[in-house]
Amino acid sequence: MDFVFELIVSALIVFGGLFALVGSFGLLKLPDLLTRLHAPTKATTLGVGGALGASMVYFAAFEGSLTIHEVLITAFLFLTAPISAHFIAKAHLHEHAELREDLPPTGRPQGWSTFDGLPVADEDDEAGDDKRAAHH
Amino acid sequence: MIHYALMFGFTAVSLALLFNLIRLVRGPSLMDRVLAVDTMVINAIALIILFGIQQRTTIVFEAALLFAMFGFISTVAYCRFILRGDVIE
Repeated sequence: MDFVFELIVSALIVFGGLFALVGSFGLLKLPDLLTRLHAPTKATTLGVGGALGASMVYFAAFEGSLTIHEVLITAFLFLTAPISAHFIAKAHLHEHAELREDLPPTGRPQGWSTFDGLPVADEDDEAGDDKRAAHH
Repeated sequence: MIHYALMFGFTAVSLALLFNLIRLVRGPSLMDRVLAVDTMVINAIALIILFGIQQRTTIVFEAALLFAMFGFISTVAYCRFILRGDVIE
């Protein structure tokens, strides 16, 4: 039975190391930031998830102490990786104005929310109507 | 067998950290450097966890959790500073 657990832990460590390596290699190799963003946020997060799974199986099987710290770290990383990627992409679009011209039309009165802000035009129109009504 | 897997894991994660360092130095834009540091934090967490398995101690998990939190908060704060010109409005 020990052999099976050793096999699982070793496989998870190798899996995690490979995915961390692939993610960082993608970060180094891909051509521009918006494609480069894919590698670390997906592959590296999966890699650290593999290492944390290995740690959980190891301490449960060989040290006899089941800890939930790993679950906590894994959940936190898997929740926060998309948020930080989203923020980085938004800041990149904010810095490069020429990328806005490639965007397709939204098909709505307001444009893309990253550039145009919240749609508050309706409220302004209502306020204008009220003013006009008061004037008449 | 775990020993050899750990050696492989340490080598892979250290190589990944080296790649991130190259991107941090070379990165053409500011956001590239932010992304490189964010990835470095995640790889450092993996390294800490592997070190915990090697030393058979669970005391390093707090360090890993703190790294995860501060890495996320610093990335978001920097991006927010770029987007809004201020961290807390």
